[in-house]
Parts: sequence; C-alpha cells; structure tokens
Amino acid sequence: MGRLVLRRLAALLATLLAASVIVFLVLSVLPGDPAALILGTSARPDTLAALRHQMGLDRPVWVRYLAWIWGLARGDFGVSTTYDVPVVELIRQRVMVSLPLAAMGIVLSTAIAIPAGVAAAARRGRAVDAALMGVAQLGVALPNFWLGILLILAFSVALPWFPASGFAGWDHGIWPGVHSLLLPALALALPQAAILARVTRSAVLETLGADYVRTALAKGLRGWVVLWRHAVRNALIPVVTIIGLQFSFLMAGTVIIENVFTLPGLGRLIFQAIAQRDLIVVQDLVVLLAGSVIVVNFLVDLAYFALDPRLQAPGQ
Amino acid sequence: MRRGNLLLGGALTAALVGMALVSLVWTPYSPTGMDFLHRLARPSMAHPMGTDPFGRDVLSMIMAVARSSLAVALIAVAVGAGIGVPLGGVAAMSGGWVDGLVMRGADLAFAFPALLTAVMITALAGPGAANAMLAIGIFNIPVFARVTRGAAMQAGEMDYVIAARAVGRGEIAIMLRHVLPNIFGVLLVQITIQFALAIVADAGLSYVGLGTQPPFPSWGRMLNDAQTFVYRAPLLAVFPGVAITLAVLGLNLLGDGLRDMLDPRLTGRR
Amino acid sequence: MRCFLARGLAVAFGLGLVTAAQGAQAAKDTLVVGMVLEPPFLDPTAGAASAIREVTYANIYEGLTRIDEKGQVQPALAESWTVSPDGLIYTFKLHTGVKFHDGTPFDCSVVKFSYDRAVAPGSVNAQKGLFEPIASTACPNPATAVVTLKRPAANFLFDMGWGDAVMVSPNSIATDKTNPVGTGPFKFVRWVKGDRVEMERNPDYWGAQPKLAHVTFRFISDPSAAMAALLAGDVDAFPNFPAPEALDAIRANPRFTVAIGTTSGKTILALNDARKPFDDARVRRALAYAINRDELVDALANYGKPIGSHAVPGDFGYVDLTGVYPYDPTKAKALLAEAGVKPGTEMTILLPPPAYARRGGEVIAEMLGSVGITVKLVPIEFAQWLDQVFTRSDFDATIIAHTEDRDLDIYARDKYYFNYHNPAYQALYKQYQEAVDPAKQLALAQALQRTLAEDEPNVFLFSLAKVGVWNAKLRGMWENTPIPANDVTGIYWVD
Repeated sequence: MGRLVLRRLAALLATLLAASVIVFLVLSVLPGDPAALILGTSARPDTLAALRHQMGLDRPVWVRYLAWIWGLARGDFGVSTTYDVPVVELIRQRVMVSLPLAAMGIVLSTAIAIPAGVAAAARRGRAVDAALMGVAQLGVALPNFWLGILLILAFSVALPWFPASGFAGWDHGIWPGVHSLLLPALALALPQAAILARVTRSAVLETLGADYVRTALAKGLRGWVVLWRHAVRNALIPVVTIIGLQFSFLMAGTVIIENVFTLPGLGRLIFQAIAQRDLIVVQDLVVLLAGSVIVVNFLVDLAYFALDPRLQAPGQ
Repeated sequence: MRRGNLLLGGALTAALVGMALVSLVWTPYSPTGMDFLHRLARPSMAHPMGTDPFGRDVLSMIMAVARSSLAVALIAVAVGAGIGVPLGGVAAMSGGWVDGLVMRGADLAFAFPALLTAVMITALAGPGAANAMLAIGIFNIPVFARVTRGAAMQAGEMDYVIAARAVGRGEIAIMLRHVLPNIFGVLLVQITIQFALAIVADAGLSYVGLGTQPPFPSWGRMLNDAQTFVYRAPLLAVFPGVAITLAVLGLNLLGDGLRDMLDPRLTGRR
Repeated sequence: MRCFLARGLAVAFGLGLVTAAQGAQAAKDTLVVGMVLEPPFLDPTAGAASAIREVTYANIYEGLTRIDEKGQVQPALAESWTVSPDGLIYTFKLHTGVKFHDGTPFDCSVVKFSYDRAVAPGSVNAQKGLFEPIASTACPNPATAVVTLKRPAANFLFDMGWGDAVMVSPNSIATDKTNPVGTGPFKFVRWVKGDRVEMERNPDYWGAQPKLAHVTFRFISDPSAAMAALLAGDVDAFPNFPAPEALDAIRANPRFTVAIGTTSGKTILALNDARKPFDDARVRRALAYAINRDELVDALANYGKPIGSHAVPGDFGYVDLTGVYPYDPTKAKALLAEAGVKPGTEMTILLPPPAYARRGGEVIAEMLGSVGITVKLVPIEFAQWLDQVFTRSDFDATIIAHTEDRDLDIYARDKYYFNYHNPAYQALYKQYQEAVDPAKQLALAQALQRTLAEDEPNVFLFSLAKVGVWNAKLRGMWENTPIPANDVTGIYWVD
C-alpha cells in the first residue's frame, strides 16, 4: 500500500506540473496587455513601458514561468498585479466563501440522498420507491443555476426569507454567513442529491442480494439492523466514489452558482482575474483548483482501502 | 417501467428535435425581432410566453434555441466521441505504457473543470457557439476514452476476440470487426448522457456569457437577462429553465430506457 | 445578527415601509456608499480605473485645485493663484499648516515632488498627458509654487483638479496603493478586498471638518444584489446605481431619493474611419439616420439623453445637435445606396462589458438590420478592447462611452483609435486650445461640436446618465459627476 501511495503521489505531482504548463502557455498568448488595462486610454507609450517593466512583463516567457513555479515550490503565490497584494491573501478571503459553500453542498446532498436512496431500496418497487426515483429523475435534469434562480424567485422575491444575492461575511458570527449561503448550497446540492440517491439505491440493492446479508437475515437479525449495519455500510464504496467525483463537480459548479448569487468566491475571482488580465492570480487558482480535484480523487482512493476490507488484504 | 422510460424519453426528445426542426422554417415571430412598444409583456394570445425587455417573443426565442442548443450538443459529443473512442480503444488494445499515458492524460483533462476550460478557450478565441462546442467536446474526450477502454477491455476477454486473435487477425481489424459492435450499446447510452450534459453545459456557459452570442438567443442568456427583472417579470426566468429541464429529462430517460433495453441484467435497478 | 434582522425586516416589509432602526437615531454620522466596481488599488496617480478616484478623490487625496459638482474649478490646497498674461506662468499660493495623514507637512516641495514625479520618464501616471505642458515647477518659498508651462493650456487649472493630479507625499508614495495617505478630510482605515474600503474623519484636517465620522465604500456589482442591499438598508447610497432598468420599484418608495444626474459620458458607436466603407462620410451619416436614439435610450431604460455630437448637456459650450440626423431609415437607405453600400453588407460591432454596450449593441444591430446592414456582435473584455480597438485600431465599430470631460482633443489627434483626420478640425482645435478670451473659447467650442456633427466621425448616441439612489434623509450627495468622484465631504444626515 505504501508503494502505491507513493506512486500515486508522483503521478499527482506530474499531473499538477503538466497543468501548470498548460495554464501558463494559454495565458501567455492571451490577447490584452495587463499594463495597458491598468493605465487605460490616456496612457502614453513611455508610461506603458515603465509599468510593464515594473510588473516584470518585459521578461521572456520561460523566465516568468520558472519564476512562478519556483515561487510556488517555496509556497510563494506571488503578488496580484491588479490589487497589488499577495495572491494568498486574495485566495484566503475567497476560500472562506467557496469552501463552506461546497462543503454545505456536499453535506446537504449527502443528508438528503442517503436516506432517500436507502428508503427507496428498502421499499423497492413500491410507491415510495417510484415517487422518490421519479423526483430524482427530475432532479438530475435540473440545471443548478436555474434551480438557483427558482429558489431566489421563491425564497427571496415571493417569500423574502433569504437574500437574493451577496454574502454577509463571517464578521458578524456564523449564522449570517450560513444564512446567505443556504440557498446557493441548496441549488448546488439538490441535483447532486438526485444522482447520489440513485447510486445509493442501486448500491444498497446490490448488497441486499449479497451472501453476508442473507446470512445475517438468516441469523435472525432484525431487518433494519441488517439494512443499516450490513447493506448500507458495504454500499458506501460506490457512494463515496460519487461524493468524491461530486466534490470536483461542486468546485466547478460553484463558479456558476457564485455568479447566480453574486458570491465573492474563488469562481468569480477567476472570472474577474481573467477579465483584468491578472495572470498570476489565474495561474495560481487554476493550479489550486486542479490540484484540489486531483488530491480529492487521491483521498477517495484511500477511502476505498479504509472501507473495503478486501482491498486491505496483502497482495492487493 | 422500462418501456415507460423509453417512451417518455423518446417523446420528449422527439418534441425537442421537432421544435428545433420547425424553428428552421417557422417561429411565431422572428427570434431576434424587437418590438419596443411591447416590452416585458405578460403571456397572452399574441405572445404565449410574453416578451423580453426588448419586446422579443419568448416562445420564438425558445424554439430557436432548441435548434442551436442541439447543434452545440451534437458537435460537442461528436468531438468527444470522435477522439475519445479511438483513444480508449487504443489504450485498451495496447495496454502498457500507451494505456498509462492515455489514462494519465484523461486524469489531467478531468482535473480541469469543464467551465474552466471553457473560460480559457473563450479568453483565447473570444466567446461564441463554436468555442462552447470545443470546450464541452474537450471535456467529453476523457469520458469517452474511459468508457471505451473499460468496455473494450471486457470485450477483449470474450472468447470470439481471443479466437480472432488466435487466427492472426490484426488488432485494428479485431477492434473494428469484433470489439466495437459489442460495446456499441454502452457507447450509445453514454452518448445520450453526454448529450444531456452538453445541453446543460451550453446553457451554463451562455448564462455566464461564454456561449452562443447575441443577437442569436440562448437559454442561458435569457435566464441571465431575466434575473435583472425578477421583480417585474418573474416568468421570464421560468420558461427557458423549463425548456432546459425537459430537454435534459427527455435525453436522460431515453438513455435509461436504452440501457435497460440493451442490458436486461440491470432492469429494475435504476 | 442585528444586520441580519434589519435585512430580514426591511425585506419582509417590502418596498413601502420604513425600518424602525433607521429613524430612531438622531444625527447619524456614518455612511455606507455602494459602488459597482472595486478599485484595483488606491493610488490615483498610478492607474486609470475610475473606481480609484470614486473612493479617494477629495476624501483622502486633494490637489491644488478641485472640481466641484458643477464642473467648476475651485481652490483646494492652493488657496489662490495668478496666471501671467501670456498664460505660461501659474503662481499658486498654498495653504499653510497642512499635514498629510502620516504627519508629513505639505508645502511647495510636495507640489514639486508630485508634478515632477508625474512628468518623469518612468512615470506610470495614466493621464500623463495632463502634465505634458509643464516645463518646470519651482519653489520660491514653501507657501508658493510656480509652475511654468511650455505653451498655453486653456484647461490647465481644470486639469490639475483631476484625481490624477492630487498631491502625494514622498514618504508614503511606496505604499499609497494599499494604504493611501493624503491631506484630505478623511483618513484611510482599512480595505477588505472584494468587499469594502473604510475611512474615518481626519481630526487634524486643515479645512472645515466634515459632518460624517465614518464612511464605508462597499463594492456590489450585481444589479439584484445592489437592489437587495439598498432595500435592506445595508447601503445608504448608490451614487451610480447598476440597474437603472429595474428602478421603478424604488422610485415609488418615499424612503429613497432617486436623482437622475448627468455625467460627461458620451456613448458613441465608434467607427473606424480609416476602413471602408466608414471612410465615406455618407455611410457614417446613414448609420446616424438609421439609429433611433430616443427608442434606444428608451429600450435600455438607462435615463440617458440622445446627443448629436461629442458633448453632453452641461458641457462647456454645449450645443444641442440631435436634430442634425433625425431618425429616418429611408434617408439612411438612400445614402447607403448612394455610397455604394449594398444591402446585406456586414459589419462587426465589438462590445465591451458595460450594459450600455452589450445591451445597446443588440438594439443597434436590430436597427441597422432594418436598413440592410447585417451586424455581427462580438463581446470582448476591456483588456482586449484596449489592445485590439484602442491600441491597434483593428475594428469596424464599437460601442463605448468616453467619460473624460472636455475631451474634444481626441478628434484633433494624429493618431487615435477611430482614425478621424480632418485638418480643418485640427486647426480649429488649435485655435480653441490657445484662445485666452473666454467668449472666443466658447464660440470655438461650439464650432468644434458642429464640425463633428457635420462629419459624424462616430455615431453619437446618448449621454450616460448618473442614476443615483440614496436614503431620503441624506443631504449633500452629488447629483452630477463631471469627473469620476464620490465627494462625501459635504454629506450629512437630517431627521
């Protein structure tokens, strides 16, 4: 297992490095000059040249790439060219929105999907099953940004319970922040919950047919004990896989949801940074996002080991 | 249940395609035509879904978008399948380092969220339907590569493939003659799923301004425009969303129905 | 928690009701101003973004002169000045006893430092052109600054009132971008990136103390978020409301004052006059005839006013020339035919991000379509706009608002992005620039506008309105913005 982890780590690093090269190359050929954008329409050529020099834009591409990567390797994300502050500071502020949002999304979706999926499996073929799976079928088809708009229509415009947009911040305590993230988290969570509920249902159904469940039942254990202690626990592997995949999906999904609800998260920072040609911010963010997806997939692999005793057997 | 999925999905998809085809020759109004005297009109006989802030007929716009949205999804899936299926096939047949390289490449492509790819392509080449097709298509490549590889490896262990190899058939011939027809069902199901995803992705991209460009309408931009007017004309935010949801629902049901039909073993599980 | 409750209440009771919390306190001395764009940094002498000035101008930084709400030049750090008869030597008498927020004393050496820095070869001042006439700055004594020009500059005192010409201290210039230090009535407190900038009353201010003790600028770009923040009372004032088209609900509400003011923003359909067929004045006039500006303004619902030349109502010497090319599609078609432009001819309009361009483009495409021109709309970001349109002149047409005041000079330049070359206009502009007699200046300013209307180098569309919304109990808000600024020094609350 140790060797496997090491190999996966090496592959992870190589993938990240490849991602960094791709991002850097794409951004370096992007039309539009960051210095010209800062100086605007009255800028004179000498002023521009002076600023370009100040920003280090007059250095060759490969020098800039190496400087960036060398900085990253030492944990230095560089300085934003538009805000003139360390990128780390920018990202830290934005992460405090995006991460809670994605986390709330995952928690909500799991909290809805697993009971729904298990219930449907337990009542397989009955009305409950049909109703739950019908709703799930519809939920999978709902685009999350439209769901967000519908939630705004319902709970901000018609019933003014939640803000239509904006983020209250964490300065005034937990609740105002959570309150302003609840609708967007719900918009993210419901379509994901629909997928997850379907996966949970079929996974539980599969384990219900397995020998050890039959054995447990034969031993006289009560139905719901068997269901939760044996069937569900063993059904968790595919479910965890999906949750892991959903994390990467949610990180991307938040970009659009952040736009729907105007939340100052990482997604909007990327959009803004691209529009302002704040290249270093874009580079850092892309590597960070891609990196977090890769790391989460890695963690999901590890979770397999923890959940599936068969994989822990020597020789595997 | 299983036939129900297929029928409902087929009907919804047929309605979508039908609407797209009809829009080629007829829409109630021009989807781009503005009527400044009837701005933000409520639904009526003249405008069954009302009009937008520039007095354009919402029904006509939705019909026109059915066409462009299908086109984007079709090409995106074609790009994804066209490149992904051969890659996956080669990876499965060759194994070894080729397989590893293709799969690590798929990992890499997977690590970039599709939207991010779209943003970068758009920043590079400007927004537009073509770029949306490309961005979604690129996202589809690793999906098809993985599915094909998995299915092809399974098929590769079948007796008739081993037999064909034993009589000295070339790998490409085996792939085309024996493996591909066998994994066709799996691919078809994946195609309907990706098709539905592509429609959502296209709408999402145009919602943030990266997809189909004005004057031609798009469901995403209609939703975005509608958001400014939620206090005055909330219905504007409803119709395009219903259109997307029904289109996706139809394709998903069709996919499920096809899967059940092609793989009876799974019946009742989904 | 309190914040959440207030929001909940305000939104819950909808548009018509007053929140109790607001009325109870007498003599409120804090203000939250909503802005659409966040400044990239806070040094107005190092970047072009209007948002920098909208936070700092007159509040944190001051110049020798300042521009007031009406666009008039007023004394600021210079209490008075004299100009030599040939218009070349400006002698400023400076206020004494003025200190920067960090304690650095302000005197002529600071003036010399600031101006020298702006004209220096390595200067990154976005408006370096303003300082171009300056030959030298001298300090006969600490309270007197003598600025010598290379040539007369009619707008010099106005130009030195721009945000780009404010006084900066040599001691703090390195950190002004993130920690601005000026001489103004407000001191910088903190900046929460992506959210707000806070400032507080400067107790050591040299002039009259402002009535407000604490001012916060919050950055909310999204129209629906702006609306929600306003209704909830999170924001007291939006000097520039981002969603004028959704304003109807607020206009009827007695809690708010809605002020439709003017800016110097001239929204134009800029044409590349060096490119066929726009090099033909008949084509440009045809386009002007084809666009129904009243309807355009109406459809955009942004409270703009149609204009007929490169000037807006309220500008120095403004002439109403909207009647030169009234909406007349028949005439437009005839002119196009005469110029040999066939129906179905394509043109591409590049659209930068603001709504006036993106949404305006859709309407204009439709209008031009009905006289037989097929318009392709291409949205682009500002970075690309600057590169492709402004720097390389690689475009057919674009929609853009020129927000600088008194910028008739752009049509007299040898090289400017829309490639207009008219020797007669250039000669006229030279006369205007060198005219010292105000009456003659006025006449020349009018002649310049007429020449532009006649030639129609660009299609002049509408003035950019400034739609301000603020709490009805606020006094002293600027209704008009001749320059990018949110001068809060004169604002106070009434009961």
